[in-house]
Amino acid sequence: MSKARMSPLRSGFVHLALAAYTVIALFPVVLTIMNSLKDKNAIFRTPLALPTVETFSLIGYTTVLKQGDFIGYFQNSLIVTVVSIFFALLFGAMAAFALSEYRFRGNTLLGLYLAIGIMIPIRLGTVAILQGMVAAGLVNTLTALILVYTAQGLPLAIFILSEFMRTVSDDLKNAGRIDGLSEYAIFFRLVLPLVRPAMATVAVFTMIPIWNDLWFPLILAPGEATKTVTLGSQVFIGQFVTNWNAVLAALSLAIFPVLILYVIFSRQLIRGITAGAVK
Amino acid sequence: MGSLQLKSIRKAFGNHEVLKGIDLEVEDGEFVIFVGPSGCGKSTLLRVIAGLEDATSGSVQIDGQEVVTTPPAKRGIAMVFQSYALYPHLTVKDNMGLGLKQMGAPKAEVDAKVTKASGMLSLEPYLARRPAELSGGQRQRVAIGRAIVREPKLFLFDEPLSNLDAALRVNTRLEIARLHRSLKATMIYVTHDQVEAMTLADKIVVLNAGQIEQIGSPMELYNRPANTFVGGFIGSPQMNFIEAGRLGDTGAKTVGIRPEHITLSRESGDWKGKVIHVEHLGADTILYLETEVTGLLTVRLFGEHKYDVDDTVYASPDKAAMHRFGADDRVLR
Repeated sequence: MSKARMSPLRSGFVHLALAAYTVIALFPVVLTIMNSLKDKNAIFRTPLALPTVETFSLIGYTTVLKQGDFIGYFQNSLIVTVVSIFFALLFGAMAAFALSEYRFRGNTLLGLYLAIGIMIPIRLGTVAILQGMVAAGLVNTLTALILVYTAQGLPLAIFILSEFMRTVSDDLKNAGRIDGLSEYAIFFRLVLPLVRPAMATVAVFTMIPIWNDLWFPLILAPGEATKTVTLGSQVFIGQFVTNWNAVLAALSLAIFPVLILYVIFSRQLIRGITAGAVK
Repeated sequence: MGSLQLKSIRKAFGNHEVLKGIDLEVEDGEFVIFVGPSGCGKSTLLRVIAGLEDATSGSVQIDGQEVVTTPPAKRGIAMVFQSYALYPHLTVKDNMGLGLKQMGAPKAEVDAKVTKASGMLSLEPYLARRPAELSGGQRQRVAIGRAIVREPKLFLFDEPLSNLDAALRVNTRLEIARLHRSLKATMIYVTHDQVEAMTLADKIVVLNAGQIEQIGSPMELYNRPANTFVGGFIGSPQMNFIEAGRLGDTGAKTVGIRPEHITLSRESGDWKGKVIHVEHLGADTILYLETEVTGLLTVRLFGEHKYDVDDTVYASPDKAAMHRFGADDRVLR
């Protein structure tokens, strides 16, 4: 931390700007949670008011928990997100290690090829992916989603991690080689712990789009047994009638698991940063 | 055990040739130092010996056995790195024992060897600590200890003292010299610091631009440099190089004279000149002169001397200590 003093006026402006940004960022979330605790009339009459004694109602939450298998949806979302992050990080880190550590023909070209996925959205390939999944008999399975999301997460993971792996000292890896560690041991025991902050960053960036995605669950796994939370909430949105209480309650509930995952990863992230600074 | 033969080692990165045919014999128990300016290929050569880089061509033999295709861990070597390269997540004890453990040595043997090595380097109080809790000097001692524990045929040091401050550097240098005497092991040491080279080595290998300029004992290099590069590289302050023509010597191109082989007088001498700068170091006084015959001339006098800028002085070289170099920059004998 820098100890240089700032004038109170300047630091006041900084805090003002940050506070304003916080309010803007939190506003939709707070609004959703607030309205999820009101009855239907209050939602439409006074959408910006806090729930009062008269308007307070848990009808949305009871509807959500009664209708459909919401616990199951949560489970599906968690499984898909956690497993996809795990594979994206594992394979991304391995590819990044190979790209940054070994000199071979076409190294730069391969790195570029793998990073192109950042610019081209995977949804462009939806039709082909669906045909592939149908052919492989993977439609309506969580495996289909995990495969797609792992592929979606890989480009960014490889791009960020290979930059970080270049900063790991060559001497350390060479010391491991002289001590007889295999390349796998060097990767898992020496390099991965040192790039942990980068892994946490990638995990956060990969996690949010997967958790929020509606597209691929709707196309690849719309069956009742494999519905994710985002897809599950859609049953309350009808063409003519929308059960807003239930939708808002479902969305509020969907925030918490992802919030917990985020807290876990960001802890790692901060610990990694401070550990590096003290060295 | 512990000899090394290099035969016409070449190494190229793309089109850039870093090592241009290195031949070298190191005998058992010798302390050999590779010295040269940065970018001369000395570290690359060490890495080739260690097996961390593949030579483009040539042969490396340790104890008469060809090791070009042997992985580093099986070559019977240990290496100490400039950046220490300790495993950050392991304690000092585990850092030192890891190599043996990987080789499958029984735990009791690993413990015994770690205890012995830590005793030699007085590291006992730190065995349970992690590298982050140690000072730079202690870290480098752990790195040296890690090398000793492996009982290698060949110790390789890659600029081990560069990251230490001046006082620690002298201490660690003494420690390495002491270790060499007690272990009687073959050591190969890379440095760009000629003081380290002169004080530690049995044999110095001077490298420049991927080629060996000269191999010899420290005093051989100092007294009989083979060419202008070695003459200029070994010795501090640097040897004075004077165009031979200015001294009336038509047989040579350049004449070299070390600053300490010149005497000064206020009354008379060979080369008249003016003092342009004086450095008082206590034990030495270093003067920079502008003389009519030789141009800029560095003179090193022992002890304290009262000379001031703009004083007129006469410098006289010790004729026996002059080195004459020919048109190809090689020494004329």
